[in-house]
Amino acid sequence: MRLDWELARRGYRRYAAYPGATWAGLFTNVVFGFLIAYILLAVYEHADVIGGYDVRDAIAYVWLSQGLMSVVGIFGAGWYELARRVQTGDVATDLQRPLHVQRAELAYDVGRAGYQVLWRALPQFALGALLFEITIPGEPGRWLLFAASVALAVIVAFGIRFLVNLCSFWLLDYRGPVVLAIALNLVLSGAIMPLVFFPGALDTVLRLTPFAAVLQAPIDVYVGTPLGGSTAAVLALQASWALALYAAGRLLLAAGTRKLVIQGG
Amino acid sequence: MRALAAIYVRLVGARVRSQLEYRLSTALQLVGVGILTATDFVAIAVIFANVPELGEWSLGEVAFLYALATISFALTDIAIGHLDLFPQMIREGTFDQILVRPLPSLLQVVAADFALRRLGKALQGLAVLAFALTIVDVDWTVGRALAIPLAIAAGAVIYGAVWIALATVAFWIVDAIELVNAFTYGGSFLSQYPLGIFARWLRGLVVFVVPLAFVAYFPALYVLDKDDELGLPRALSFASPFVATLAALAAGAVWRNAVRHYRSAGG
Amino acid sequence: MIELWNVEKRFVVRAKIGRLRRERREVRAVDGLSYRLERGEMTGYLGPNGAGKSTTVKMLTGILVPSAGVIRVAGLDPSRQRIELARRIGVVFGQRSQLWWDLPLGDSFDLLRHIYRVPAERHRANLKRLTEVLGLAAFVNTPVRQLSLGQRMRGELTAALLHDPEVIFLDEPTIGLDIVAKAAVREFLAEVNRERGVTVLLTTHDLADIERLCSRLLIIDHGRLIWDGGLDELKRRYGQERTLVVDLEEAAPPLEVSGARVTKVDGPRQWLSFRRDETSAAELTATVAANARLVDLAIEETQIEEIVRRIYATGAARPAS
Repeated sequence: MRLDWELARRGYRRYAAYPGATWAGLFTNVVFGFLIAYILLAVYEHADVIGGYDVRDAIAYVWLSQGLMSVVGIFGAGWYELARRVQTGDVATDLQRPLHVQRAELAYDVGRAGYQVLWRALPQFALGALLFEITIPGEPGRWLLFAASVALAVIVAFGIRFLVNLCSFWLLDYRGPVVLAIALNLVLSGAIMPLVFFPGALDTVLRLTPFAAVLQAPIDVYVGTPLGGSTAAVLALQASWALALYAAGRLLLAAGTRKLVIQGG
Repeated sequence: MRALAAIYVRLVGARVRSQLEYRLSTALQLVGVGILTATDFVAIAVIFANVPELGEWSLGEVAFLYALATISFALTDIAIGHLDLFPQMIREGTFDQILVRPLPSLLQVVAADFALRRLGKALQGLAVLAFALTIVDVDWTVGRALAIPLAIAAGAVIYGAVWIALATVAFWIVDAIELVNAFTYGGSFLSQYPLGIFARWLRGLVVFVVPLAFVAYFPALYVLDKDDELGLPRALSFASPFVATLAALAAGAVWRNAVRHYRSAGG
Repeated sequence: MIELWNVEKRFVVRAKIGRLRRERREVRAVDGLSYRLERGEMTGYLGPNGAGKSTTVKMLTGILVPSAGVIRVAGLDPSRQRIELARRIGVVFGQRSQLWWDLPLGDSFDLLRHIYRVPAERHRANLKRLTEVLGLAAFVNTPVRQLSLGQRMRGELTAALLHDPEVIFLDEPTIGLDIVAKAAVREFLAEVNRERGVTVLLTTHDLADIERLCSRLLIIDHGRLIWDGGLDELKRRYGQERTLVVDLEEAAPPLEVSGARVTKVDGPRQWLSFRRDETSAAELTATVAANARLVDLAIEETQIEEIVRRIYATGAARPAS
């Protein structure tokens, strides 16, 4: 437990060391926040509710998604770092240490997410709330559930990234699959357009994937329109994906390690 | 001028040749890029699955706008997308090597790469253009037909000029490139949508300051025979080539100034 | 061929003090440098790290613009006539490459021909000659990134000379090379200078490079020229001191020997400093052996760094060259 905390702190500090990059990233998110907000405002001139979101929900969606994007690592080094270490062989040192690689990576990632919640998501959200009219939940209960959902989203996102990174054990040129995964995640998590905007059955199907658990789910909880009307169900779905992906990651890591050991890395 | 163009072709030719050596890999990457950028259009498709109009633009019209902007941007991206790595050039001292050669520095930086794989984005844009032209009712004239390739070419030059001008920030603060990305990618995203939906200050910015509105919006007004919602004169639709020329000259001046700073502030 | 007159280069450095405040400081990387190199000279350029060597070379090649003073290279002003000058000079940076990484070496040469606008005939002749002399044929079709350091350096030198420059600037050209390769490069440079009359400015830390190649030596420290003259003269003036390191049978108090003084004692080992023009090593050794029980000995020469430090410490004037 102590070790987890230490690793998380390190993850936090690694990103805290580059405030310039944080500002630049925040700036980019703000720019896109404005652009997408205006687009959605124009969209809502022709409809009052889309996919259960009214205009204030939609604008909230924009600022939340832009803010949470960095927290759940839609882009970023997390997609490559481990893969690179596997290929350079550095991972061998990690595997020899008295800690489990996957757990260590998760702790580190949680630290990183913490930093980005404070310095990317919060400022982004505050700006959005100030400059636009957005939905803000009144009940503190909804905020707590939202926080829980974000935490679960971070773990699910980690699970996806971890699995994708592991392909580097088997593929020499892992960049192609990684880029594809990033693109898939981008669309299916709802980072570009809310999944609720997708027509009919597609909306439901899309919201069941692990990708949706990364961004769409917590925003749904915030807005108050969880899939199937039940926040508990959404949180349970997120938790299930988190566990499933973690387990899959553990198995795949073991397989990869075996391969490494056999081949001599 | 011709000599410089010839040298550009030669330098870029070397890069292209080495990419063509890995024909399969390049082709796959090309297809991959095409698919990835298609996700851009998914957003528009999803919007129109829910509402009949964006601003006062129909799906076909927005698709047309998106296509012009995308193809222009793709062409620029192919030619100078590597500017993203420009700060690295400065940090590693490669730029000094450039200054020691008997060629203009901007030419060398621009000729440093030519990413064939980004052609995928242009192809995707062409597909959307074809789609748009089938569902939109255009009152075709020779002028309108010519306006499309002209707009694409001018648009690519405008994007290029803006990108180069913004990239020079690296001469002052090497790591500021992230900030610049917000503008280049944000700007390209913005020009895919009808200008009218954005706030006044933003519209003013991209018409009068950073002329992104001339990449796709104004040419689209002309081809689609629409009026600008803000009442700006129709004549502006024809201004793209002039704006492109001005933008290129301005970018050149910004670059020269930036290099002057680099050479005196200590490289 | 190369002229500097009171050249200065000042940088403004912003350093952080404490958490918020920043201080502006002016650093004088080059502080009133003047010298003149004639056509065909091969000159060594030395100095401690941070002395201003690379800043000078950057100003001579047009990369940096001086804050004050006048520079002329091949009659041109590097800061105003960068491109024109670039045609007439060749530059080899030891750590950086001017070759195209992914392409075969030969392709780089071809591209350079067009960049420098060398007539096809002349390029062909030059390339043939350089290929022969440097033995490039074996690897001219290999991608540059696969070349060994020695091969790459030969490629760099070729690239720098293909357009018949009047002046070449070399920055640590032998760094990282093995002894054989170093010798080959030195021979080659000597020949280029001798046969083609190319003016060479050689920046290096390697004293052997200087000894083999340079008639003249410029030493710079803290942005100022502290030596402009021949290597022999330098050694004569400042390299007089040598050190005899003796290992005695057992630890003893500092030896008292005429003609030398003990500068350091470490157990049975003692360092005796003496002047070359006063005592010979043979004499000193004999004297020491007569007065103590010697187990082993060694002789140390004055290192160039030590000479530089000494020159600077004594605030030595620039000797007439």
